[in-house]
Amino acid sequence: MRIKLTVNGDEREAEAADHESLLTVLRESLGLAGSKNACEQGECGSCSVLMDGELVCACLVLGAAAAGRRVQTVESLSDGDRLHPIQRAFVDAGAVQCGFCTPGLVVATYSLLKRNPEPSEQEVREALSGNICRCTGYGKILEAVDRASSAMYRR
Amino acid sequence: MSTAAPRTRIRGGVGESVERPDSAPKAKGEFQYGSDLRREGMLFGATLRSPHPYARIAGIDTAAAKKMSGVKAIITASDLPTRELFGLMKLDQPVLASGKVRYVGEPVAIVAAETAEEARVAARAITVRYEPLSPITDPVAALQPDAAQLHRRGNVIEDVLVEHGDPDARADVVVDGEYELGMQDQAALGPEAGLAIPRQDGGVELHIATQWLHEDLRQIAPCLGLPESKVHLVLAGVGGAFGAREDVTLQIHTCLLALATKRPVRMTYGREESFYGHVHRHPAKLWYTHGATKKGELVFVRATIVLDGGAYASSSPAVVANAACFGAGPYRVPNARIHAVGAYTNNPPTGAMRGFGAVQSCFAYEAQMDKLAAALDIDPVELRERNALRNGDAIITSQPVEGSAPVADVIRRCADIAMPNGEIPTEPIALPGGLGNLTHGEGVRRGVGYAAGMKNVCYSHGFDDFSTARVRLARDVRGPIAHVHTAAAEVGQGIVTVCAQIARTELGVERVEVDRPDTTIGSAGSSSASRQTWMTGGAVLAACREVKAELLARARKAGRSPDDLGALLEEPIDRTVTHRHRDTEPRDAKTQNQGHVAFLFAAHRAVVDVDVDTGLVKVVQVATAQDVGKAINPVSVVGQIEGGIAQGLGLAVMEEVLLRDGLVRNASFTDYLLPTTLDMPPVVTVLIEHPHPDAPYGAKGVGEPPTISSTPAIVAAIRAATGRELNRVPVRPDDIVFGAPYRSGWRITPGDDPRRAVRAS
Amino acid sequence: MSVHISRHVDDVLDNLSTRKDVTILAGGTDLLVEINFGRIRPSNIVAIDRVDELKDHSRNGHIRMGALVTYTRMLETDVGSPALQEAARTIGSPQIRNAATIGGNLGTCSPAGDTLPVLAALEATVVLRSKGGERRVAFGDFMTGPKKSVRRPDELIVAAEWEDAGEAQTYMFAATRNAMAISISGLALVVDRARRRVGVGLGSCGPTIIRATDAERFAAGLFDETGWDRPARPSDAAAREFGRLAAGAAKPIDDVRGTVAYRRHVLAVMGARALARVAVVP
Repeated sequence: MRIKLTVNGDEREAEAADHESLLTVLRESLGLAGSKNACEQGECGSCSVLMDGELVCACLVLGAAAAGRRVQTVESLSDGDRLHPIQRAFVDAGAVQCGFCTPGLVVATYSLLKRNPEPSEQEVREALSGNICRCTGYGKILEAVDRASSAMYRR
Repeated sequence: MSTAAPRTRIRGGVGESVERPDSAPKAKGEFQYGSDLRREGMLFGATLRSPHPYARIAGIDTAAAKKMSGVKAIITASDLPTRELFGLMKLDQPVLASGKVRYVGEPVAIVAAETAEEARVAARAITVRYEPLSPITDPVAALQPDAAQLHRRGNVIEDVLVEHGDPDARADVVVDGEYELGMQDQAALGPEAGLAIPRQDGGVELHIATQWLHEDLRQIAPCLGLPESKVHLVLAGVGGAFGAREDVTLQIHTCLLALATKRPVRMTYGREESFYGHVHRHPAKLWYTHGATKKGELVFVRATIVLDGGAYASSSPAVVANAACFGAGPYRVPNARIHAVGAYTNNPPTGAMRGFGAVQSCFAYEAQMDKLAAALDIDPVELRERNALRNGDAIITSQPVEGSAPVADVIRRCADIAMPNGEIPTEPIALPGGLGNLTHGEGVRRGVGYAAGMKNVCYSHGFDDFSTARVRLARDVRGPIAHVHTAAAEVGQGIVTVCAQIARTELGVERVEVDRPDTTIGSAGSSSASRQTWMTGGAVLAACREVKAELLARARKAGRSPDDLGALLEEPIDRTVTHRHRDTEPRDAKTQNQGHVAFLFAAHRAVVDVDVDTGLVKVVQVATAQDVGKAINPVSVVGQIEGGIAQGLGLAVMEEVLLRDGLVRNASFTDYLLPTTLDMPPVVTVLIEHPHPDAPYGAKGVGEPPTISSTPAIVAAIRAATGRELNRVPVRPDDIVFGAPYRSGWRITPGDDPRRAVRAS
Repeated sequence: MSVHISRHVDDVLDNLSTRKDVTILAGGTDLLVEINFGRIRPSNIVAIDRVDELKDHSRNGHIRMGALVTYTRMLETDVGSPALQEAARTIGSPQIRNAATIGGNLGTCSPAGDTLPVLAALEATVVLRSKGGERRVAFGDFMTGPKKSVRRPDELIVAAEWEDAGEAQTYMFAATRNAMAISISGLALVVDRARRRVGVGLGSCGPTIIRATDAERFAAGLFDETGWDRPARPSDAAAREFGRLAAGAAKPIDDVRGTVAYRRHVLAVMGARALARVAVVP
């Protein structure tokens, strides 16, 4: 079926087959492949997006049922070549290896810092526990979140 | 390789933590992985797989599926253009099963349709009549003379014997042990994906997430019935690999469907299919005996190692050889007999995974070293230091360790790293069980464990290992620019950065672009065996030196300064160089030869908190010292080390592909558990830089050692906390709570041929 | 297959009564996995995640939690059950907490449902509504098997209700991973000091959530002796006995997540720890 929804501030129309997740709609119908397809069951967080401001796994949202929602994806965060401070922090900290988990982690970090601008390490670990990274062992990711928090809120 | 220092220092060169060129696009979500690729008019592929571990195919009926909506092609074994088999080291695997299926998940038919859903539905509508056969799922049973033969040449994939000194030597103190490792999955986050586009000339172009473009090409082309010249491969973005992309998975299938439909076809595995689609780490059964003098000097090591190769060979021969060659660890061992055999079974095929054979034996020999330390009443670190290989010492294959062998240094400096805060936390989130709120400190005991490990870098045993690099130095309106082109697969490890850094340092040019890897240039070999920095880094270095030499020649001829690039680069300088490491010898009957290029060493110390009442573990800290030769990009090196340790931690306490009668019982990320942010502790890393004379800038490669000895260090720490034997990984809560050690069910004298194993009554 | 987005309970009930084979979609954390893995293709989906009436939560001695209250809401607001908050926290991932709801947990009715052992221990009531009206079913009667309940096809789970049982309650579970884990076994303990009642709910150790009634009686006996109003640490022996009785109620099976022996063992440990923790809470 055809659905209308707001994606990254724009009204979009998309084809959503009845069984397709919001993730599939974003990736295949709307050409927004930044949200990644790694587990299809909400276990890895690679498809993290904001829906009406809440962090969710796009793979666990039925596309057809997302009609009328406001969706924000990783693609909304950078402005051309200008990286969002969180993206900058991930790049600078060396938190990006294969990068498949990175967009989801960037969005999850964005959601975390909006709620909690200066989280403790334990709070970061809990907030990112739904985002699996297979490459980094998370050390550089925690460092990136700390850098982002500093850059955005501790100037 | 001599190193001439460049005259001008350039930003972003060797030794700096340079930003990766692909990291900004990846952070923005713009980087295109295999599963992101699209083309106008593209079809979607799907695979029908065997539900049986072993069965005869009595018939396949595709008639109903062919009539279904959107279906454009269905291919079964009888439709294939050739009868060619494929395989990384032995051509033993059919493109689509014909006659028999040998594992659950073996591809039987492939479908192309207008949508992914139509392709999946049609694949399910194909009826296959199977006559189930009795599967063999115990690799030791597969090796027994009475076992049914799964392949024409029997069930032995590879048989490696290492005999060194007096293999039957005796010693004052002897310790024995039996060990097992479960099947680990690489679990790269990016699923297998490729896009095949038919070409006008009857050929095909394949965009593929792989570790080794040219090896894929070598296997794909014959199976398509095409010459290699008609098959063009381009590297798609790779979402992690860790060995899982060394083998062909959907490459041939995607090309076949594109050729059959004359339309672009994309195949992407879902997570469940990914577990069936790629090879895993070899499960292993090991029987060890170690002998030492009363003073704690190793006298002998004898071991029998059986690796479960699953239904097809993949890279099993090399994995078996590694398990045997490094089966005594980074120690001076005058006498040894190691007998390692890889067996065909009806389990899913196994092959490359980070650490490649060295992981399996390290878990066993490091447990043995701790047993020996206990038997001798010597500190485990002290015992390891005392026996550590020194420069010039031979390993059990009689090959001396040359160049750099800082084993004692690695062990000592790891042990000297500051311990974490000694207090056991009280917040459940920082304790075993984490968010399960299981303990607030009740039952928690702390343990500390050590382990050291070793592995080869690059390919061994006479393999013609090379990499090709093309470097083109030119100028444009913005000044000089260097282009580097290789076929080296960037899988996340950072070779693309290393190549750029080397070009900057060598050429003194800041603008360097690394072109997309494809098969228009010569092979770079695989992004595996910790080899790309050594090999492709070496090739780029050599090509840069040739470019530089030409530049200097031009400068001399023109009577100009070599820095006057504007004038000297009216014509670009373009050089392609193929780089080889020094020759290695093929294996002989007792594996006593110069089989390897060089060796990598690391040591790990783990601190764990264990809730001994519930058997749950929280790793508190991992400390490591690693011999890296030279850190070309220190942040990337540390990233490799931390990530490798995470995979070692996974194998130690949670990761296992659970099999029953050949069936994978946990093919999802709900039940195949990967470490989360709350499982991975802080890692403290010391880099030890003893440059290797043969390697570019002395850089030895770093990817694998972190996964090798981190697992045994964590298990040693759990043993220290619990007093349990824990001779199997992953350690399960049951093992800690009930303490029943693993028993193989086979009696065998360590060092003996596993074909002579006797069932334990 | 059709997808209908509902905004009102009445509209959901109309759909449930007039159409066949309706599947309710709440937070999607269970249903979408089945759909993504191609295991099911529901014919009619009614998405209820925008039915605001089901997001209410009231607390006034008696707690009524609307079916669409998410794990995040449970964590961030005083929902009237500390154990429920602990259960909502176990999963870790904010992505799941933001989507998963108490109604979804009840609807899926898995023995591994995070919140269900707590509802069992609280002796919660499930409120079901159909065109014919509302009925209340005790949680103990609600769940009849793995993913099976007494909910009729025309009924919608609209809320869970329970009496405020005070602060002396806890939930814990065992899993081999420290976050994002499905429990090997879980245990909820509620000591309602005012009503002089003990509730024990066990998860992932049988076809349904199990009430450990022998353990409940044993603990009630302890509180009868020491006084219901007086926080006091039980003896180790008493805590162990309580754990043993709790574990004795389990009917576990071997599966990929754990063994029978371990499940029984860890339930005993959890029981002992839970009693020791809760008995000192006023």
